[in-house]
Amino acid sequence: MKNLVILGAGTAGTMMANHLVSKLKIDTWKITIIDQYKTHYYQPGFLFLPFDIYTTKQVKKNGKKFIPKAVTYIQEKIEQIVPDKNEVLLESNKKLQYDILIIATGTKIAPEETEGMKGPMWHKNIFDFYTYEGAKALRNKFREWEGGKLVIHITEMPIKCPVAPLEFAFLADSYFKNKGIRDQVDITFVTPLDGAFTKPKATKALHYLLEEKNIKEVTDFNIERVDYKNHKIIDYADTKVEYDLLVTIPTNMGDSLLERSGLGDDLNFVPTNKATLQTIANKNIFAIGDCTNLPASKAGSVAHFEAEILTENILRYIRSEKLKEEFDGHANCFIETGNGKALLIDFNYTQEPVEGSFPFPGVGPLSLLKESRINHMGKMAFKWIYWNMLIKGVHIPFVSATMSEKGKKLN
Amino acid sequence: MEKKLAKITVNVNEEGYLTDFSQWTKEVGNEIAKEQEIEMTNKHWEVIAYIHEKFKNEEPLSIRGIKKSGVINIKEFYQLFPGGPLKKATMIAGIPKPKSCI
Ligand SMILES: Cc1cc2nc3c(=O)[nH]c(=O)nc-3n(C[C@H](O)[C@H](O)[C@H](O)COP(=O)(O)OP(=O)(O)OC[C@H]3O[C@@H](n4cnc5c(N)ncnc54)[C@H](O)[C@@H]3O)c2cc1C
Repeated sequence: MKNLVILGAGTAGTMMANHLVSKLKIDTWKITIIDQYKTHYYQPGFLFLPFDIYTTKQVKKNGKKFIPKAVTYIQEKIEQIVPDKNEVLLESNKKLQYDILIIATGTKIAPEETEGMKGPMWHKNIFDFYTYEGAKALRNKFREWEGGKLVIHITEMPIKCPVAPLEFAFLADSYFKNKGIRDQVDITFVTPLDGAFTKPKATKALHYLLEEKNIKEVTDFNIERVDYKNHKIIDYADTKVEYDLLVTIPTNMGDSLLERSGLGDDLNFVPTNKATLQTIANKNIFAIGDCTNLPASKAGSVAHFEAEILTENILRYIRSEKLKEEFDGHANCFIETGNGKALLIDFNYTQEPVEGSFPFPGVGPLSLLKESRINHMGKMAFKWIYWNMLIKGVHIPFVSATMSEKGKKLN
Repeated sequence: MEKKLAKITVNVNEEGYLTDFSQWTKEVGNEIAKEQEIEMTNKHWEVIAYIHEKFKNEEPLSIRGIKKSGVINIKEFYQLFPGGPLKKATMIAGIPKPKSCI
């Protein structure tokens, strides 16, 4: 019997378990998946939780439900990977041997990386919304908040779902408008990049949104520390931004497991071949989803496209064939713009988001880079698609793993 | 767009970044620095060498990376390339501006 072990049962790991169970011969391959938590969170829902759009129940389910019966599921913390011995150590000291390993441990926030961030004011007037706990604490705060300076801040890139902070700003504008206190809330978006939108075509098409919603922008801001006593964030160039309520996206890092195993880079992301998804360090170790160092967006949709290609490559690896160098960084994201509207963008490593229609060239029904109600419905439908198709590894009709240029206004 | 720098014709984008790294020479870097009102010193060139190394290995550049580079600390980096240090340093190094999502 041979062993294929998947580390992490989040979006990517769960998808791989579902894909592989139907492709590998059950009598020769034993598939095992390990995760530390019982709960599988619908992370895209964390964007909506603070605004009371989703309830806590809508963003979490029992993870085991999504793992096929033929796959062995272990709920435990993974301590270390020992590539030289093809071995994984669990917290209980249990050892697992693997012939093929898939790392899918995602990324998580590391607020302790910034001085003053995770201090006494954490989850009091400094919040994150990238965790269930943070999003829920922020919801409770918003329910009673009477207004002031709301600062939405990105610590450093890369972060998962890079558009989520901007969507958060748009939703905050709608939320406080609906509450009738928008005039008492001052919204500022602070980013280390040179704009809220950084690709030229997206900036041109979308900058009006910030103006329309009266959201101020502070750009090129590389935070040095949070002065939580005086409610200021300060950057290396000594620029200061005052806040009453700080919503920050802390540094995103891979799990410390990768550091312990000597498999991570500066941010504990796994150096991975960007076309094949094989890790650079070991031929029998593959990586997928947010845990890789690929220059692609860290998003569920990207993991979905990667999963189709990785499944093929695992099969080729088993047959000792050359791996398919096919992954092109394809990403497809809805961007919530508030007031029941959304945008859709579709892009890859080299092609920036452009206008057009999706998935049917010239027909749509979704429009690229343009606000519409139907895009918003798409975003809301994504929750259903996520639980019922995406993580179960069901192919989403008409959307291919590599980006299509059809129906797009290129240049 | 074509542009003449240090008597060499190079291709640049709208923002002034070289679009073809093979056209880069130290003189070209010097000219770009001058346009940015930066006087290049040995320390500056050490940073540029570090950036080239990262670029060759296809490793993304970041402020954090600078912190761990062993070449300089972040405060010094800001002093050497005032304004947007990463943007200016990559422009002088002749490589694309560090990219991000949208
Ligand atoms: C606010 C927000 C909004 C988002 N919106 C969107 C969106 O609209 N569209 C979209 O496509 N994507 C969105 N995303 C991104 C999407 O959720 C992630 O890209 C996706 O979940 C990545 O999947 P993954 O499997 O790589 O990581 P995860 O789903 O995070 O899974 C990693 C798993 O590994 C486990 N793990 C890690 N280390 C260990 C260890 N040492 N031992 C045991 N288990 C371990 C974790 O417990 C976790 O279950 C959003 C994310 C956030 C935070």
